[in-house]
Amino acid sequence: MTVKAESLELFIEKAKIAAAVVSEISSFDEAIKYTMDLCGKKEACKLLVSGCEEGLSNKAEALCATKTGKTISAPALSKKEITALDKQCEENGFALIKDSVRNHLGGIDIAFTYADHGIAETGSLALSCPSEELRLATMVSEVHVAVLPKSTIVDNSYDLESWMEANMMEANYTAFITGPSRTADIERVLAIGVHGPLELHILLLGDK
Amino acid sequence: MQDAKNLKEYRKEVRESLDNDFLRTAMDNFAVAYRGSRANAFKGMDEKSLIADIAGAKDCAAANIDELYAKFKEEAEKRGAVVHLAKDAQEANEIIGRIAQQENCKTIVKSKSMTAEETLLNHHLEDLNLEVVETDLGEWIIQMRHEGPSHMVMPAIHLSRHQVSDLFSEVTGKKQDDDIQKLVKVARRELRQKFVGADMGISGGNFAIAETGSIGIVTNEGNARLVTTLPRVHVALMGLDKLTPKLHDALRVLKALPRNATGQAITSYVTWVTGSNECAVAEDDRKKVHFVFLDNGRRALAKDPVFSQVLRCVRCGACANVCPVYRMVGGHKMGHIYIGAIGLILTYFFHGTDKAKNLVQNCINCGACKEICAGGIDLPGLIKDIQARILEEEGHPLYSTFLAKMMKNRKLFHKFLRIAKHAQKPVKAKDGFMRHLPMIFAPDHDFRALPTVAEVPFRDMWAKVKPAKVADPKFKVALFSGCVQDFVYPEQSVATVESMKGKGVELDFPMDQSCCGLPLQMMGEKEACKEVAIQNMEAFEKTDCDYILTMCASCASHLKHNYVKFLGHDPKYAIRVQEFADKVIDYSSFMNDVLGVTEDDFLDSAGEKVTYHAPCHLCRGLDVKSAPRELMVKAGLDYKESAEEEVCCGFGGTYSVKFPKISEQLLSKKLENAAETGAKTLLTDCPGCVMQIRGGAKKLGKDLDVRHIAEFIADRRK
Repeated sequence: MTVKAESLELFIEKAKIAAAVVSEISSFDEAIKYTMDLCGKKEACKLLVSGCEEGLSNKAEALCATKTGKTISAPALSKKEITALDKQCEENGFALIKDSVRNHLGGIDIAFTYADHGIAETGSLALSCPSEELRLATMVSEVHVAVLPKSTIVDNSYDLESWMEANMMEANYTAFITGPSRTADIERVLAIGVHGPLELHILLLGDK
Repeated sequence: MQDAKNLKEYRKEVRESLDNDFLRTAMDNFAVAYRGSRANAFKGMDEKSLIADIAGAKDCAAANIDELYAKFKEEAEKRGAVVHLAKDAQEANEIIGRIAQQENCKTIVKSKSMTAEETLLNHHLEDLNLEVVETDLGEWIIQMRHEGPSHMVMPAIHLSRHQVSDLFSEVTGKKQDDDIQKLVKVARRELRQKFVGADMGISGGNFAIAETGSIGIVTNEGNARLVTTLPRVHVALMGLDKLTPKLHDALRVLKALPRNATGQAITSYVTWVTGSNECAVAEDDRKKVHFVFLDNGRRALAKDPVFSQVLRCVRCGACANVCPVYRMVGGHKMGHIYIGAIGLILTYFFHGTDKAKNLVQNCINCGACKEICAGGIDLPGLIKDIQARILEEEGHPLYSTFLAKMMKNRKLFHKFLRIAKHAQKPVKAKDGFMRHLPMIFAPDHDFRALPTVAEVPFRDMWAKVKPAKVADPKFKVALFSGCVQDFVYPEQSVATVESMKGKGVELDFPMDQSCCGLPLQMMGEKEACKEVAIQNMEAFEKTDCDYILTMCASCASHLKHNYVKFLGHDPKYAIRVQEFADKVIDYSSFMNDVLGVTEDDFLDSAGEKVTYHAPCHLCRGLDVKSAPRELMVKAGLDYKESAEEEVCCGFGGTYSVKFPKISEQLLSKKLENAAETGAKTLLTDCPGCVMQIRGGAKKLGKDLDVRHIAEFIADRRK
């Protein structure tokens, strides 16, 4: 299946409106390179807009202290892919989280995942994640990098109905993700990254 | 939360809000920004048909609520969840408390659930010595301040960054900056820590899909995802009204919900949870999942022929976003727990007459909420119906009974108006206004000058102004003048007659017509309303006319829509009242669309600069938007659009007598916006709006001539 040019264009436009960063790539290796660069540029455990210098309660501060160094989580990759990623992480001095993501709630710099679908109408990603690890990684990281094969982009949510209904035949957790986590709860001012990722990077993987 | 014991106390509370400058500015900015972003979000979409589809599907779900529940329960339990049904708030709280105890839970993280607010769940859980932490930023803030939400979507909209910074300083024990971006990051890290050890997560649910026993949760912050993932127990509390047959129904609502709530095409996260998912810290690695459905009157509501449409509400909060009253008084004064227009209604059904009886009067009936409701609910109509129900339950106040009695009797009512003409002599000034207000009005009402009753009512002039018989009339029109144009501003009716001269219109004025009955409806006097409707219908049945033309937008909208509502179900009147309603037309639509006047009908000279006020009952009540504007341009007037032209002027008939302070604020905004256009004349299509805006301009000494559009159209005719 190939995506219509106008659907791809619409997807990119809408994802950007929702403050996602969209790039096109042509291979998995490119995706790893992108992630390594991003992690390298990012300050470890730095909450982007304002950092660790804000005063916290002792308990919250203690949670933060559990995190040392830069971390990447990539729970749903194939064995081959994870080996490649691990090698890159080692070379760059980043820790690849291999045990439970739950033990890293103090902060993960980057979650690296695949998305199952893109929805052009709203610029959303759709991810089926019955696996707790995958689910958590996309929630607790500061940056979420998602690889989206262009061929999986649909026009609107109705086009995903049968896919979702099939998921829902048994226990499942499917998410639509559109841009980074946001709130406007204080004075209606938009603030990014209140609970979930502060950045969402979508890597559009083209057909070879 | 609403706890005023009587209207006087409630007015005092409202007054406190009006004096809160921060709240007022925040709400004003929001109201203006919201309108733009909502319009943008719906651009290119067939909004009306989407709303109609949602309404139809929700009605269908409400009619099958028991079957949907049974199906949901069966399917969800197949997939490892446990499903409960609670008949009321207490039972829901007890079920959830019991789950917590049985599962040995100590700490609970909660994502936003209006249903949990409805049941006051936190109090119950805290009484069981459980620690409950709200994790939605706004909810967390108000939880720590021990307040209720002031908006469905933005629960802490009433607070400033400084208040939040003070609160966070207190909570963290460290001095906090008042930079919002920084405060949000502090909240992120403080709350993350709360997730670490939580045993139970409580969420709401925006959709409950019967076919697969799945729920859908709509959120921007992502806390609902953590709440439903990290703890080993998940409880979702939802109203039965969230049940829907298929995923498609949920996806359809999802197209309207965020667009209507905040002007977003979609929220950052939409989470679909089916059954018992993997959870590393749970027994056998499977999460314990409980779905608790709350009835609390919803099943009874589903069977109510008038009110079942309340269950169409998707909790987007848009009715509050556009409400001119909410905009001024804020959430806590515009609802008990649920706020805005839907809040006035739900308060009655979920929290009882006592909580609702004062609140429900605070609707100016401008129809702004009805126009944007994602479920197409007739919110202002239902609010009036509830007012009528409360009157039946609690007894009618004396003034209300008196007015109802008098208005039911046309002759008595008109006699009263004629007596008023003499009685007003001592306070009557030469300029057509009262010099000072009679004693019965409190000083609060002194924000506008009131007109005096005219020397000669229009009905007494009719024989003289009546146009000569037209030989072969193109249109036969019967005039409905309404009380104000009959007894206060007869010149507007005269101008109407003048403006259609020479266009082949045969005019009639049935003498037995009386007040349209809208003031009675505004007071909740439903029975009197019906009687007046029958009288007017019969008065016009005696004339052979194609159109019933009224120059008052409020009368027109009331005659056209509400008469059918009152009488349509009675076989004795059903056909007759529909025929009557079909003939009703407003002045501008008749002139512009039916009579089709053109530039050639008007003087060649350039007309003056005018601005316009769109009466609520015209632009929304009758959906007439372009006719008056086209008419002004055709007549050669230099029409300048004013800001917020379609926002209520604050008249609202009896409303402005009940809530003068709110009326005054709406009026002053209207006058400011009009002044900004630079026009010295404001035209409108409703004598009530003329009374309000002209009276306000006079009181404030503003140089603004306020006229009915017919007066200028008549003047500009060749």
